[in-house]
Amino acid sequence: MACAAARELRDGDVVFVGIGLPNLACNLARATHAPNLVLIYESGAVGAVPERLPVSIGDPALVTDSLAVASMAEVFQSYLQGGRIQVGFLGGAQIDRFANINSTVIGPYDRPKVRLPGSGGACEIAIHAERVVVVAPLSARSFPAEVDFITSPGQANKYGTREQLRLPGKGPVRVVTDVGVLEPSAQDGELELVGVYAGIDPDDVKGLVGWPLRIRSEVERLRPPSKEELRLLREVLDPHHLYLQKQ
Amino acid sequence: MRDAVARFVRDGDVVVIEGFTHLICFAAAHEIIRQRRRDLTLCRLTPDLIFDQLIAAGCARKLVFSWAGNPGVGSLHALRRAVEKGEPAPLELEEYSHFGMVARLAAGAANLPFWPLRNYRGSDLPSVNPHIRTVTCPYTGEELATVPALRPDVTIVHAQRADESGNAQIWGLYGVQKEAAFAARRVIVVVEEIVPESVVRADPNRTVFPGFIVDAVVCEPWGAHPSYAQGYYDRDNDYYVAWEEISRDRQRLEAWLAEFVHGVSGRAQYMEKLGPGLRERLSAKPRVSSGVNYGF
Repeated sequence: MACAAARELRDGDVVFVGIGLPNLACNLARATHAPNLVLIYESGAVGAVPERLPVSIGDPALVTDSLAVASMAEVFQSYLQGGRIQVGFLGGAQIDRFANINSTVIGPYDRPKVRLPGSGGACEIAIHAERVVVVAPLSARSFPAEVDFITSPGQANKYGTREQLRLPGKGPVRVVTDVGVLEPSAQDGELELVGVYAGIDPDDVKGLVGWPLRIRSEVERLRPPSKEELRLLREVLDPHHLYLQKQ
Repeated sequence: MRDAVARFVRDGDVVVIEGFTHLICFAAAHEIIRQRRRDLTLCRLTPDLIFDQLIAAGCARKLVFSWAGNPGVGSLHALRRAVEKGEPAPLELEEYSHFGMVARLAAGAANLPFWPLRNYRGSDLPSVNPHIRTVTCPYTGEELATVPALRPDVTIVHAQRADESGNAQIWGLYGVQKEAAFAARRVIVVVEEIVPESVVRADPNRTVFPGFIVDAVVCEPWGAHPSYAQGYYDRDNDYYVAWEEISRDRQRLEAWLAEFVHGVSGRAQYMEKLGPGLRERLSAKPRVSSGVNYGF
């Protein structure tokens, strides 16, 4: 999943990095095909080159040797709202058919079954980043037809389509999961399966989401991680397996 | 610290203790707990362990926030108990996104009633927070989201250093420390060291706010532990992990408060209790910037 997410990044992209797997993916991309990736963290570190894997989004290692340190007002107003961010990475407890993301509550807002952390910067990233890559393991529980709460708008929802709402960014353009990759369709923005990892049968993925999943006519077979990518992930970027599963 | 909190933090106050991962003033929160302040409206982008502790101690009536978790670890259990079960007391929530909270403080600092932003269209957040509204731009006719100014009764800012008048210097992540200080009616600045005014004047670009907006200056080395102070000490990530277990159980959390907050007179004794190994483990390695020519 980390490798597939890393491959979504192009050299020279300015990317708004979240903690966890996105952080690992960005640093992997920087160490392989995208050495000119500019990492921006919502904490204010711009052009960060962390020499250790940051445990938090405000880790001191993000500051040391960075290009700039911005206040959070600058980060959100000038960098993000100013349209300077190409890629935003988001996760969430629930992602729905039209890629709306919930990181606020499971169940009703006033009587939640589970109280999640909330938006953080996710809502504005989903609105402003040129393109959004969502990273989350696929399961029917976390991919319902409709999310319980729309923290971050996807391609369309009860308020309208992105076009109707005049949202500046393209929104979620790829959803990287542990079995394959989903993409919104050009017609209606509904997520459909466009790629699977080796050994995964596209038809088996259908049962893993809460709506009748469409499968693109030519499903891409995603390239497995190379030896070098695995070595970088396991030995250099996350040697203590903070984010990778224990082997 | 005792005097500053006694004088400037009152029951029922709207309190901001900011610092985004960096420079979170736990020493001040612990003093507020020791002095048993009540009915506070606590405002922070990320409530973090600091507000989890204040909530567990029964100091809070309301929480205003944008991301409530234990970063990289999991949930804030005292906060969740208060919201889900009303223990030790019910807690009212008012929820924004980071951008919304930043904008609220920017409006407060600028003495404006609200701040406009391009945000929240297509999100459910405005439907659960009536304070998120809209305004029509008088120039373009565009509809913009608005958030109301946040004017805290008191803001507590941790900084690396200040002079005796409170001219405060921060390097590393700024968070919203500057906006939070300018927005407040009363400002307490807590620092790792007090330096002569000449040190501040030698590098004025590093000053985030001037002493004339500051009501109290407190020198409290290691006052931000378990968060960090760039160039002084690292974040105590192990402590954040340990909090998961401590806070999960209400009794265990109360025992922790009794020992590490009520059981000490202040930060110096707290640090003694944690032992000398902590300083060794977390003290920052030197990485000194060369400085610039301010001459003309």
